[in-house]
Amino acid sequence: MTFSWHRVGAIVKKELKDYRRNRFVVILTMTVLPLVFVLLPVIQLFTIRVSEISSSKLDTRIGISLLYMLIVPAIIPSALSAYSVIGEREQGTLEPLLTTPIRSEELLVGKALAVSIPTLVVAYAIYGIFLIAVGAFANPALQVVVFGQAHLLVELLFIPLLAGWSIWVGIAISTRSADVRVAQQLSVFASLAPLIIVALLALNVIKPTLVLTLLLAAGLLVLDSVGWRLVALMFDRERLIVGEPR
Amino acid sequence: MTSSTTFGSKAARVRAAGEPALVVEHLTKHFGSRIALDDVCFEVEQGEVFGLLGPNGAGKTTMIRILGTLIKPTFGNATVTGISLSRETGSEIRARISIMPETPGLYLRLTVWENLECFAGLYQLSHVNERIRKALASVNLADRQNELCGSLSKGLRQRVALARSLLSDPAVLFLDEPTSGLDPVAAHEVHDLIGALREHGVTTLVTTHRLEEAERLCDRVAIVNTKLLLVGKPDTLRADLFSRKLEVRLSSRLRDPSRVFSEVLGVKHWEEPEAGSYLLDVEDPDLVAPPLIRTLVGCGADVLAVGERRHSLEDVYLQLIGDGAGERK
Repeated sequence: MTFSWHRVGAIVKKELKDYRRNRFVVILTMTVLPLVFVLLPVIQLFTIRVSEISSSKLDTRIGISLLYMLIVPAIIPSALSAYSVIGEREQGTLEPLLTTPIRSEELLVGKALAVSIPTLVVAYAIYGIFLIAVGAFANPALQVVVFGQAHLLVELLFIPLLAGWSIWVGIAISTRSADVRVAQQLSVFASLAPLIIVALLALNVIKPTLVLTLLLAAGLLVLDSVGWRLVALMFDRERLIVGEPR
Repeated sequence: MTSSTTFGSKAARVRAAGEPALVVEHLTKHFGSRIALDDVCFEVEQGEVFGLLGPNGAGKTTMIRILGTLIKPTFGNATVTGISLSRETGSEIRARISIMPETPGLYLRLTVWENLECFAGLYQLSHVNERIRKALASVNLADRQNELCGSLSKGLRQRVALARSLLSDPAVLFLDEPTSGLDPVAAHEVHDLIGALREHGVTTLVTTHRLEEAERLCDRVAIVNTKLLLVGKPDTLRADLFSRKLEVRLSSRLRDPSRVFSEVLGVKHWEEPEAGSYLLDVEDPDLVAPPLIRTLVGCGADVLAVGERRHSLEDVYLQLIGDGAGERK
């Protein structure tokens, strides 16, 4: 049987309905975290003193503010994707699901898409609100830097790429883990790895050039693209059903 | 209702191919050093209701999981609806079968309808609404379709899971303890449903601990305890394991029972479990009963009752499992 987007769609639809009725997801990941990550960068920028505007600290302060925007696509999907497989197993829903004609790749792509949709909506919404706040109320000198092409490029590119990394790492951990909490902790930790490089760029520790940024983005894109195939290889139906090695 | 949503249409297509629904050949499964199944062989014909009986840990669920392509056998092979088990054929086999695991495994934050809708999508079914309505009606849940599965009782969840497994109109239906947790009325409805599916040619493999259920539902049963101990029709199993017996109750004891019973042709052996009550080993109770009654009356006995003592499937099961006679075949 060939890859079926119809089956992928069935998984996405089911997952989104499930998220909507899951208080943990709605309250924590879709409300509390976004609120925190809008407020922190806004406070960070709006507390910059006039004397700092022309100093070298400015870039660092703006870098930190924009870094908050990238924590969202790294953190939100890691918790959700880490739950995706082991959570089904703990609820007892994995076995009925795997008795259907769905292929491992279809299940994984469906899970990943379901996590990526709310993640990208929330992450871009936070960035949009941040830009609106800066555009409306911030010092014009700050506006020039925040709306600079380099920062816009980094944010727009790295939001989906970091989300992709977090999702595949989270699902990979979820397929091999025996406990939801352990899976979520490991997943959050692993999702922060590429963020370190992005942080070094944002804080000017590594000189951010356009070429370097694009190279990093391309590297993450490759990892995200092959991620589903690697995770599909790790997806062992038997291990997930009986919980024992063959 | 269109033909595409009628139960048994997939079974009819498979039946046309003329092969057995299931062929299990030397199936063996090891989990590390533990042997879950050991060299099990049997066949299930199309349209048959086949019972898999055995104690906990006998390998019944493992058998279903292997045939459902969820886990791989260590040795041996099987064909399901004519397709041999392999990594490549897993999805194709799963499209033709349906498995209802022991635990319903429903999405509790989704409604009954949404649960079924999700699975209809996974089977890529057409006429989804019609199919869901029909599946729910067949388990008498049409009026609960908008309730969250989390709010349903265990028995109702079991019925939703059954509706889910009927949704794809499978050629082979695997039911793992289908009436577990159901009240007697609901269990009776499930029995009727399995009977109706048999009439539509759907092959059903059912595992159960309820032996009277297996006896009532199944055309044939297999008794397993890691190994296959016995397979056959319940009547045949009884005949194979137990001699046929006539039970005679008299108003008082016979003076010389040995002489009386030796006069009746076909009586092989007798015993007197309690005063005035006799158990006779006979070849054919229908042939032996009339001359036996004549002889008893002739010697002045007052006959209260004469009848065949039937062994239940439970007797067969206990004989095989309870006595630890695990190696009998």
